[in-house]
Amino acid sequence: MTFTAGIDVGSTYTKAAILGDDAHLAGRALVKTGFKLADAARRAYDTALADAGIHESDVTYLIATGYGRHQVAFADVHVTDLTAAARGAALLYPGTRTILDVGGQTMKATRVDALAKVRSFRLNDKCAAGTGAFLEKTARYMGFGTEEIGPLAAMSKTPATISGVCAVFAESEVINHLSQGTSPSDIMQGAILSLVERSIQLMRRVQLEPEYTLVGGILRFESMGRLLAARLGAAVNLPAPDLVQFVGALGAARLGQLRAALRERPHATSEATRSS
Amino acid sequence: MAYAAGVDVGSTQTKAIVVDERGAIAGRALIDTGANVVVAAETAYVQALADARIQEEEVGYVVGTGYGRYRVTFGNTQVTEISCHGRGAVHLFPGTRTVVDMGGQDTKAIRIGPTGEIVDFCMNDKCAAGTGRFLGAVASALDIPLQDLGVIALQSDKPVKITTTCTVFAESEVLSWLGRGKKVEDILLGIHRSMVSRSVGLMRRVGIEQEVTFTGGVTRNVGMVRELNEALGFDVNVSDEAHFMGAIGAALFARDHIVGNREISDFRVQNSDLKARNL
Repeated sequence: MTFTAGIDVGSTYTKAAILGDDAHLAGRALVKTGFKLADAARRAYDTALADAGIHESDVTYLIATGYGRHQVAFADVHVTDLTAAARGAALLYPGTRTILDVGGQTMKATRVDALAKVRSFRLNDKCAAGTGAFLEKTARYMGFGTEEIGPLAAMSKTPATISGVCAVFAESEVINHLSQGTSPSDIMQGAILSLVERSIQLMRRVQLEPEYTLVGGILRFESMGRLLAARLGAAVNLPAPDLVQFVGALGAARLGQLRAALRERPHATSEATRSS
Repeated sequence: MAYAAGVDVGSTQTKAIVVDERGAIAGRALIDTGANVVVAAETAYVQALADARIQEEEVGYVVGTGYGRYRVTFGNTQVTEISCHGRGAVHLFPGTRTVVDMGGQDTKAIRIGPTGEIVDFCMNDKCAAGTGRFLGAVASALDIPLQDLGVIALQSDKPVKITTTCTVFAESEVLSWLGRGKKVEDILLGIHRSMVSRSVGLMRRVGIEQEVTFTGGVTRNVGMVRELNEALGFDVNVSDEAHFMGAIGAALFARDHIVGNREISDFRVQNSDLKARNL
């Protein structure tokens, strides 16, 4: 068996995925990115290798992606997060045409063609109000941690209206709601709803079309995917909570597989040349 | 002697000013607004009366301003903070043609006409970048008292370039520069420059004409004053009363009413008014 690897150095977490040539995820790892991006990439990679029970020399191709990808000096090649997520989404759901990726500090909408090639994309990476940081801040203002966001929102009955204009100004909004007796779970769900609205706006700007695939760390909060599906009025592809964060890393590893095949048969017209 | 008062209920701090019938400041108060806006307005007013050593009955007219102006329950009328900052700035610096006001949760640029009237304004109140909150977030990320930021920034000669706009992302950027071994003063000067460049951008949208008067709580930051001067290429007017400018303007409008020589001409701002009414 041969293996390829993908490392996705995100703003908040670094993900590593090891893919076997049977296209199954052989190993994975998730570490906090912190400020030393190269270290985080190394740690994630070593942990994923151990998880797969293989040695570094078993990996034939390594692709780095994510905002810190250029700090991964030991990668064979670097690809953008959009390319990686498109590959990962296509591997899991071949019918994917629109991808929404919500991470700690970015939100991305991408439209892809049948070959997983990026046709159009829009980013929100200038303002925390459209990213996971908005939910984290909202939770923190109420004294909750990031991992409590999902369970908290799940208990909501009547979500509060949260304007979602600015993650910093949300603090006053949260305090106002709390002082009026609104429950933290309704406030949390309100914040998720505001993020859902922002997602829809971003997806519209790439002329969204089905199938919709949702990826990124924020989609591990169950209500986000459910509310998005309701708002879209359509079914969505949503990887399991323990996989949804790894789609970029998985896609990078998948692209490595295609590139490795091309390296062995350089004259073959492979999927990799058409999509790179 | 009759007195007039202005109470400026800001998002972060509440300011009250008492003036005599000549328009001279007789008393003042500054407190944190906190959660109860009505109480903040009352408390600031009572403190300003005590500071002026007068009784409430001696005050003929009270104007409320700031985002909490409709919560000044004892106020006779309300005037937008745009009008009040303009009025205060022109009173203290008659040559004022542009006002830049940096407060706790918004930044405003106001264009003043030749007779002291308000011609145009531009406001950033949807995003914390470029407001006092931005400095507050940086101060807490670095665990440095807010009032020390400017002084420390001025010690730098090699400012870092802050690339993020969003306050939340700037917090992480600040920590990442620290992690990469940059000096606190260099990071802070970068932060000040990024704020100044946003305010100058806002001012350009109304047109920058001299003299420029700088108002609001952020005026107490010496680093911001110097960087603003450098970015504009000339010195802005900064009064010791700059933090009270909105309340001063409100008190002067109140005095006009008592003296009866001028109608209050408020520059109505729909969004600001909607926000204040909804509070």
